[in-house]
Amino acid sequence: MEERYSLNKNLAQMLKGGVIMDVTNVEQALIAEKAGAVAVMALERVPADIRKQGGVARMSDPTMIKQIKAAVTIPVMAKVRIGHFVEAQILEAIGIDYIDESEVLTPADDMFHIDKRSFKIPFVCGARNLGEALRRIGEGAAMIRTKGEAGTGNVVEAVRHMRQIMAEIRQVQMLPSEERMTFAKEIGAPFDLVEYVAERKKLPVVNFAAGGIATPADAALMMQLGCDGIFVGSGIFKSEDPARRAQAIVKATTYYNDPAVLAEVSAGLGEAMAGLEIDKLQDQYAQRGW
Amino acid sequence: MTTIGVLSLQGAVAEHLECLNSLGNVRGLAVNTRAQLERVDALIMPGGESTTMGKLLMEYDLKQPLQDRIKEGMPVWGTCAGMILLANQIVNQDWTYLNVLDVAVRRNAYGSQLDSFETRAVVDQVSPEPFPLVFIRAPYIEQVGPEVEVLLRLEGHVVAVKQQNILATAFHPELTGDLRFHQFFANMLQGAA
Repeated sequence: MEERYSLNKNLAQMLKGGVIMDVTNVEQALIAEKAGAVAVMALERVPADIRKQGGVARMSDPTMIKQIKAAVTIPVMAKVRIGHFVEAQILEAIGIDYIDESEVLTPADDMFHIDKRSFKIPFVCGARNLGEALRRIGEGAAMIRTKGEAGTGNVVEAVRHMRQIMAEIRQVQMLPSEERMTFAKEIGAPFDLVEYVAERKKLPVVNFAAGGIATPADAALMMQLGCDGIFVGSGIFKSEDPARRAQAIVKATTYYNDPAVLAEVSAGLGEAMAGLEIDKLQDQYAQRGW
Repeated sequence: MTTIGVLSLQGAVAEHLECLNSLGNVRGLAVNTRAQLERVDALIMPGGESTTMGKLLMEYDLKQPLQDRIKEGMPVWGTCAGMILLANQIVNQDWTYLNVLDVAVRRNAYGSQLDSFETRAVVDQVSPEPFPLVFIRAPYIEQVGPEVEVLLRLEGHVVAVKQQNILATAFHPELTGDLRFHQFFANMLQGAA
């Protein structure tokens, strides 16, 4: 399993500097691939629609996931509910490339996440802070993303979570070694992973930004804050011109440090998705996760 | 001190840079503009998604200068997706990117992530001791042209080749901490000078 986990972390390394896009059908998947997405997330409803329509959000129909897998050559990911290890068994059986144990779907377990070490397929999980990231990695996640606040088109929560994780990574490096155990206790993280971060000055897996990214500038902002790549959920296919916006976000993620490129790709994209203010939300998905 | 670039459009750029900087006599440089390309003596094209890198390569005017430099003899090494970008034929795909390596390559030849694997093998031209080989949703080569030297065949499939100044591997030495492939590539600069 050690070797399998290493291979799964390696795939996430190959996705770095790239954009992973939510798609709900084959047509959108092809638009995403053509725009330069490094992977697609296949799901029945994007977070903005889950938010609007309400109800219990579950794993998508395997038929639709398989159709998308057959249509594109890039990796395909799909979401399972927090703690729903049978949904994960089903997705592993389909043979997709990555599972997102996601707070965007309605949690199936309000105490425990999936034991991801018992699977061959890799998992990505959301996190708001270092403790949560290291708990998920301890359970076997091969990739981390910020939670942000999905389906809002509002980047403020993703920024908060990325800054929090980065601040705690800097903080743990400064601690004298005798303070690490208490720090691990306080943030609720496995001690060996706290030691890893203190010594290597980074997470043991790739860390993407997600939740509220809607513009090329949002993507470049998250990259400049230190993430390894970008997830865009509702931001593309809830905008006026998805193909164009998708391409622009891909370019902004590569040339995130070049304001001239960012200015060029930000121009004339049409309307972005409508945004929501966080304190007016009925449900904050980021609070799901234990 | 020689400068070896790593094409920095998307993918495992940092891993290659770290390997290059560990060699001691080489400086690694991330390359995503024409100006940066002009400053390097050799270039690595990393693993990642070939569709993403290929698209950015075309749109940011890197294709022609890169082709020119490779034809002038600049050593270039493609790992995984980088191998696909170099190939002059991609099986089941009707377009190609740089067209400089005379091979037919099959993308995702082993299947999905569940089929990614690790193994060991000796690559005679590089080192007598076996290498750890990591294949991530890897391609393999189905046909090679007359100028292409096969460096490694694994269960019947060609996974490493050299054609004059062009090196290509379906696997990822940059993920293993083993620097012998990077040293081999750096040594190709002497031949090119």
